[in-house]
Amino acid sequence: MAEAEDERAAKRQKEGEAEQADVDMPDAEAPAATADPPKQIPVQQLMRAYYGNIFPYQEMYEWLVYSNDSRHAQADSGFFQRREFCFTLDGDIFVRYQSFKDGAELHAALVRQVPAKIDIGPMYNVDPRRRNAYAGLENGFQPRQRELVFDIDLTDYDDVRTCGSGGHICSECWPFMAVAVQILDAALRDDFGFNHILWVFSGRRGIHAWVCDKRARELTDEQRGSIAAFLSVYKGQENGQAKILLSHHPSIDRAHGLLLPFWKEEILPRQKLLLDSAHWRSVLSFLPDQEIQHTLSSRWEAENARGIADEEACSRGRWQDVEDAVARVVNTKAVDKGLKFALQKGLKECVFAHVYPRLDVEVSKKRNHLLKAPLCVHPKTGKVCVPFAAVDAPTFDPDAVPTVSQLLDEFSAERSARQEHPGAAAMEKGEGWKHTSLASCMTVFVQSFLQPLCAAGREELGSKAREAAAQPSLAW
Amino acid sequence: MYEEPPEGEVTIEEIERFALDRLRVLKGIEDAKVRGKKSAELQTIALELVSTHLKAGSREASRWKDAVSHFALRLAFCRTEDLRRWFLAQECELFRLRFRDELPSDQVAFIRQQKLGFQSLDSAEFEELRPLLVKVEQGIGNRDFAATLLQGNPSDAFFKVPFEQVPDLVAQRKVLLRKGWAYVSRYEIAHLVGGRFRAALSHSLNVTHRRWTSHLAADEADRLTPIVESLSSRYLGEDYDSSAGNREVVTAAQLPALARQSFPLCMQHMFNHVREQHHMQHQGRLQLGLFLKAIGLPLEEAMRFWRTEFAPRCPGDAFEKKYAYNVRYNYGKEGRKSDYTPYSCLKIISSQPGKDQAHGCPYKVWSAAQLSAALGAMRLPASAVHEAVTKAKGGHYQLACASAFEGAHQCDCDTGINHPNQYYDESRKALTAQHEQQQQQQQEGTAPGSGTKLPATPATQLRMPAKRPAPTGPASAPPKMSFQTS
Ligand code: SF4
Ligand SMILES: [Zn+2]
Repeated sequence: MAEAEDERAAKRQKEGEAEQADVDMPDAEAPAATADPPKQIPVQQLMRAYYGNIFPYQEMYEWLVYSNDSRHAQADSGFFQRREFCFTLDGDIFVRYQSFKDGAELHAALVRQVPAKIDIGPMYNVDPRRRNAYAGLENGFQPRQRELVFDIDLTDYDDVRTCGSGGHICSECWPFMAVAVQILDAALRDDFGFNHILWVFSGRRGIHAWVCDKRARELTDEQRGSIAAFLSVYKGQENGQAKILLSHHPSIDRAHGLLLPFWKEEILPRQKLLLDSAHWRSVLSFLPDQEIQHTLSSRWEAENARGIADEEACSRGRWQDVEDAVARVVNTKAVDKGLKFALQKGLKECVFAHVYPRLDVEVSKKRNHLLKAPLCVHPKTGKVCVPFAAVDAPTFDPDAVPTVSQLLDEFSAERSARQEHPGAAAMEKGEGWKHTSLASCMTVFVQSFLQPLCAAGREELGSKAREAAAQPSLAW
Repeated sequence: MYEEPPEGEVTIEEIERFALDRLRVLKGIEDAKVRGKKSAELQTIALELVSTHLKAGSREASRWKDAVSHFALRLAFCRTEDLRRWFLAQECELFRLRFRDELPSDQVAFIRQQKLGFQSLDSAEFEELRPLLVKVEQGIGNRDFAATLLQGNPSDAFFKVPFEQVPDLVAQRKVLLRKGWAYVSRYEIAHLVGGRFRAALSHSLNVTHRRWTSHLAADEADRLTPIVESLSSRYLGEDYDSSAGNREVVTAAQLPALARQSFPLCMQHMFNHVREQHHMQHQGRLQLGLFLKAIGLPLEEAMRFWRTEFAPRCPGDAFEKKYAYNVRYNYGKEGRKSDYTPYSCLKIISSQPGKDQAHGCPYKVWSAAQLSAALGAMRLPASAVHEAVTKAKGGHYQLACASAFEGAHQCDCDTGINHPNQYYDESRKALTAQHEQQQQQQQEGTAPGSGTKLPATPATQLRMPAKRPAPTGPASAPPKMSFQTS
């Protein structure tokens, strides 16, 4: 216990320091000073205003409490309190194992400490703030529940995207993310039977998924690992090429059906993968037949020399060339069966290698892996990590994601408008976001995710209550 | 399923003997797997091991021995995370292999008897799913079974269970999944039952561990405890933690020579990478750092090494800020403060380095051309290069590594390679032996024969000495360092 006290004292001290640092901090020291446009420098300083006025803490709470609030007789009242939050304070100080009684307490802490980033950890068997008191005991301090999470990042696509690399993201490479959402969403629902999936833009160049069904939250690490393996096709680099592990399986077929049109219509033309020889060479390398590679290359070289009028049409046409060339070999009787098979496999692998989602499996495998919370602000871009619906992924525009400064402008505009009209009602606490462009994202969050989730939660608690009622009890 | 410990009288000596016999079986299975044996062959080996080591006079006596030895080892292997993991893996494999050996009808009977509650499919559901089920079965090579499925509905062909129960099958896409159900074929029942077995055993190991630490160890201080403690130290490989006793200290200055002579390819590559790029990603720092720790590089020397190598890109202060923590972490001085053990081949092979990352096992990650070039640069004979590359191509990474070892040291490596630190230790030992032999020959006035073939080192069987043994076989003295450049 004494140790826990010490630690808390130390943390309070750290928190105090951070607060001070925030207020005194000159602009130039904000973390993004070098990398981003000047307009976004003071992100860190806008954060307190964001947490104070806009951050939808009430909705966050409603999500993470999973209906275990006072409205339900069967609720587990300490549920939310056992969830770990980790704050990254300015200057890269990690403050792990934070926990809060409810949304209001979370909100107060955010305003007080102004974390640059919030991570969400597992829900433990005990309040994580008091973990040291349980360290030596029978059940110790262990994670109990955790959403099944996925993290996909465009940097992992650097070998197949041509529009940029590293931290870059644009509307030409977003389609990689859009298709990833569709593939995973379909697999999680149809194969694994999950229903409550939250998709979030990670603030910079990737996406996160939070699978929140009770069954998903209760998975062991081993089971998480098996799901991640089931969903992984890209196995890193092998022999100098992306290694793809396909199997003859209905879920792979389904993915192939989703990927193929997308590959032909979106990725090939937008990423211009068949327009110059360096790129088409790596596409063709999936076909284990020198002759095809050679014929196509020289034909395309000749075309290029003559000049390409319509790039999109050309991309499409060239993929057709590839498919035709393979079909021709496959339909030739005399050709060895092994080669036919290898070509067809190569064609499929090529598509998967380029567009099948590349998961960061480590994130999904462990219950106690932290993941950045939805709705916090990316410290470098100032963009809010907004939720979106899977069906909207193809039209989602990463450049149009609201930034924290934009939201604050909208908010102050609304506030001053109200101040000028003495008759207007004051804004409700915790509802600031309703008057900003976060509102549309939040509608998606509430309607397509939170409401069904709460309904399911209530249903479950209801059946628990019925069960309890059916048990003859002598206690009364 | 070994739910209850056996009742009856048994002597301490018997317990120890039985336990050792079982350990031979488990170790044998592991060895077979390391050598790349697959299902059918593995099964034959396992059953043979069982009949040599676990059979007793009668059916009853065999059963008794089976149970006693299982529970004795459970006690011996419950005590650390690593021991538990090893024991769990081997016992599950053994269980699966034995279960597969039973007739299908007996298997189904077993399932009923154990009341595992697996659901059969009704015919409507089967009809609906038939094409998909056939597809999966064809995909995993069960063509005959797939053909029978096309013809009719063999009864009890499939069971359906929540997917959580068959993580292995899910991970390898060997089952059809629909809305959270996994459709497990009769042929994979072993997995299903194996999964239950695994869960139950894993749970009991944890319980046993808690009991052991809370009072059993003390209660049994002069009866079981000594046996239990010595049993687990006799298991397979060491885990090469730095507490492994009488290791000679290695300094940062010695590393380049040692790397050239005795590091396996993965470590050599990473070592060179650090020296050339002056940088290394987190995974790589862990893999290499822990390896170096285990060959005897103390913390201060490790600091010196990383600091010097990173200096061109990350001078003084920045190093202290960014990486010093990491280095101390590897040595258990930060974070959870546990003394981390270096990665085994299995772990390294299963990691997936991204582009530009240097960790992972080169035999898996590199192209044939890259491999031949690298092995050539190690001055291996062409035949060894060829052998290693062929094995790597065939997916036998550890065997490839063993071939490289043989090529580099001109001696046999019939223990196989299962740990980079084992590679290192074997290498030091071989080089020391060669060195001594040369000196002896020089004293006797004979010219050192080039490529002297050393006698094969005895296969690493169970290690019998009671304390943590030197890494290779009972007779060897702790390896001496020798730094002659060949
Ligand atoms: S087999 Fe093991 S020791 Fe050899 S290179 Fe691969 S990981 Fe390293
Ligand atoms: Zn782009």
